[in-house]
Amino acid sequence: MDVQHHTPWHEYFGFSLDHKVIGIQYLVTGFFFYLVGGTLAGMIRVELVTPLSDFMARDTYNQVLTLHGTIMIFLWIVPVVNGAFGNYLVPFYVGARDMAFPRLNAVAFWMLPPAGFLLLSSYFIGGAAQSGWTAYPPLSITTPAVGQMIWIMSVLLLGGSSIFGAVNFIATILKLRRPGLGLFQLPMFCWAMLGTSVLVVLATPVLAGALILLSMDIVAGTGFFNPALGGNAVVYQHLFWFYSHPAVYIMVLPAFGLVSEILPIHARKPLFGYRSMIYSILGIVFLGLIVWAHHMFTSGTPPWMRLFFTIATAIIAVPTGIKFFNWLATLWQGKLALNSALLFCCGFIFNFVFGGITGVALAQVPFDVHVHDTYFVVAHFHYIVFGGTVFVIFAAIYHWFPKMSGRLLNEHLGRLHCLLSFLGFNICFFPQHWLGLNGMPRRVAEYDPQFQLINQISSVGALLLAISTLPFLINVVWSAWKGAPAGDNPWRACTTEWLTSSPPPVENWLREAPLVTEPYDYGSVEDAMPVTTVRGRELWSAGR
Amino acid sequence: MPIPASVLTLAAGILLALVSLWVGQNINLMPVAAADDAATVDALFKVLLSIGVGLLLGITAMLVVALVHFRRRPGDHLDGPAVEGNLPLEIFWTAVPAIVILMLGVYSYDIYARMGGMADFNHHTSMPPPEVEQASLGNPADPETVIWGGIDRAEGMAFPVEVTAMQFAFIFHYPQQNFTTGELHLPLGQPVELQLKSNDVIHAFWVPEFRLKQDVIPGQPTVLSFTANRQGDYDIICAELCGPYHGGMRSKVVVEDSRSFEEWLIRNTPATVATAPDSSQTA
Ligand code: HEM
Ligand SMILES: [Cu+2]
Ligand SMILES: [Cu+2]
Repeated sequence: MDVQHHTPWHEYFGFSLDHKVIGIQYLVTGFFFYLVGGTLAGMIRVELVTPLSDFMARDTYNQVLTLHGTIMIFLWIVPVVNGAFGNYLVPFYVGARDMAFPRLNAVAFWMLPPAGFLLLSSYFIGGAAQSGWTAYPPLSITTPAVGQMIWIMSVLLLGGSSIFGAVNFIATILKLRRPGLGLFQLPMFCWAMLGTSVLVVLATPVLAGALILLSMDIVAGTGFFNPALGGNAVVYQHLFWFYSHPAVYIMVLPAFGLVSEILPIHARKPLFGYRSMIYSILGIVFLGLIVWAHHMFTSGTPPWMRLFFTIATAIIAVPTGIKFFNWLATLWQGKLALNSALLFCCGFIFNFVFGGITGVALAQVPFDVHVHDTYFVVAHFHYIVFGGTVFVIFAAIYHWFPKMSGRLLNEHLGRLHCLLSFLGFNICFFPQHWLGLNGMPRRVAEYDPQFQLINQISSVGALLLAISTLPFLINVVWSAWKGAPAGDNPWRACTTEWLTSSPPPVENWLREAPLVTEPYDYGSVEDAMPVTTVRGRELWSAGR
Repeated sequence: MPIPASVLTLAAGILLALVSLWVGQNINLMPVAAADDAATVDALFKVLLSIGVGLLLGITAMLVVALVHFRRRPGDHLDGPAVEGNLPLEIFWTAVPAIVILMLGVYSYDIYARMGGMADFNHHTSMPPPEVEQASLGNPADPETVIWGGIDRAEGMAFPVEVTAMQFAFIFHYPQQNFTTGELHLPLGQPVELQLKSNDVIHAFWVPEFRLKQDVIPGQPTVLSFTANRQGDYDIICAELCGPYHGGMRSKVVVEDSRSFEEWLIRNTPATVATAPDSSQTA
């Protein structure tokens, strides 16, 4: 290992152009905001322990709710699955020494902390926004303007950051591939990032446009969305969901990609159905753009729209389902290492399948009419976003921490973290389905006393979730400092990030970038090895 | 003699199907049903629940079997088989979900159409007071009188009630009797049509026992028509975030038989309207 090539610590606090440093910057910043957003979630669950609004003022509750949603989506999940893992991994996978536009990359990251602190600051200057992460007018026009305007500016910054990142990923994947590496030889995560970035580039500007019009309604007295001035409040919902439905795939497609990288390695089998995985990503990207009005079935949308969006929404479950069947088939007959990374992936599969099933139910208009805007929907999307994506983020941390830091995480603490997360998550969110079916609307600080017991169970689950982060934090801090050295390739993996030292040198590989044309070359069939292919396994066993 | 794997798989499949059907039919997760179409929605939910339970249990079982049966034994450094795909299997698990989903779509479309969700609103306007009609003459598309959406059987003979939502209350106006109350009374077994308007922000009118919800949107009147079929008091809940007291924005709907309903109407009808025709007849 060559010491000169190591990244000095202060680089992590500055305007580094190194994609690996930027990736870790995204990860740590995102995790900081996860803790902030989690604290806010805890406050929500404390308020809901009793049916009365007695823990915080009613408008504070709505501020907490709005901040929680906005932070979790725009400052934790989107930046971490895209910014952190995308930046860390994509250059490795395409065989490049950095992203296509390193400076733009750094700019994109450095938009994040100011946007986050701007958002939090609004709480202290006149109160944060109170209209939920969806900011529907006219409510967002009539609630206090300062908080709502800061919210808009912050989300615009974060959206801009996300677009910069996406442009960079598209350019890197399409243009910076090492000679000899074809598109259909890329690891699945690259395809996921390509699809995601296309969604970001197509959909995020629409959100920006909607928010700029909304801000004019707020500060300049225009009437785009304000019915009192002849505007149309529902048009905002169309524009908002035109972005925000794809946004759910912006959060989950990269996570799908990460699972596709992690599972084959710990199952010691090739990824099942490589091509069909790619086609289902492309299908999800296309369909994801034409289902947005399923969030508006009760908004007075015309009947033909409800018909069209029901069908499109239900069909999107097909490519999504294919991916899950493929992962199960990848696990089947494998040699599963029951480590934290694999267990978190299995937790993800269970939770996401659950959320996908309730999603298909929600796509059925007559049923959605009953449960729309209730705790049933809250349960659905937490199963997807938390039980799905956040579980994958943790799997990915357990999987790539050895590469990033050069040290292994402790497996006992990791599995404890996984167990507590899985139990806490399901205790917290499973009962919420029943609440929604039986009459508890979402976004309320007070509720009918008949729902108290179930809400208390849910809050116990939240407490368990809070506790579950402790073993994780201890593990990361302790292992970064004292953990066992990981070596270059602790998982005997084939992909290129493992064919270099841990942590990797600034230029990623000291020699020429390795050419891996079969990223999932596991499995016990002894076939002739193409000369051009570098087999990670053999490199590893040869001590590199 | 060991039992062949195919027999075990078949038995497991049958068991799974039976369990999910049983759960779908016997586990009731919904509140009581108090409107005509609520039972149809519940039937749809039962189908969804059966399919969902079957799928979830099946996948969980596979996951658990994989974790237990295919876990790596200590000292085993070999790989699994290099299976990269299986076209017939992949076609199977693409086609079957696609068919199930399309069938579900047709089924729920059918229910929704019967509820009145696919009604054509182009020719349907709410009944505005005469002055408004004057003002909007020559402008049939005046946004305040056009119905923008909702659920409507378009039967034309439903009993009308005007619902106004505002921060943080619902107010009900009975146009034929011309009075306003804070509590909704509905006749048992008779079609009603709620015409919903909002004065400020978006609210949503939800009665869980009716399985019906409709956003109440400022500037865009909507309708909700249905037939209540079970006597009793039910909560009306605002389901769309509408401000600090959103959680407290509730009201009550009383479904009563036609006699008590008529009595209630007469009790509440303002004296001038109620007694004038009456007294002229008896005189
Ligand atoms: C199997 C595929 C899925 C289907 C069919 C589906 C369907 C739906 C439907 C119909 C709604 C609207 C419910 C309502 O408000 O009444 C909804 C809400 C939601 N879904 Fe999904 N969904 C799926 C997967 C996902 C994924 C992958 C994510 C995110 C990663 C996601 C995140 C959300 C969120 C965040 C909401 C609520 C947004 C809000 O109102 O604040 N869903 N889903
Ligand atoms: Cu959506
Ligand atoms: Cu309301």
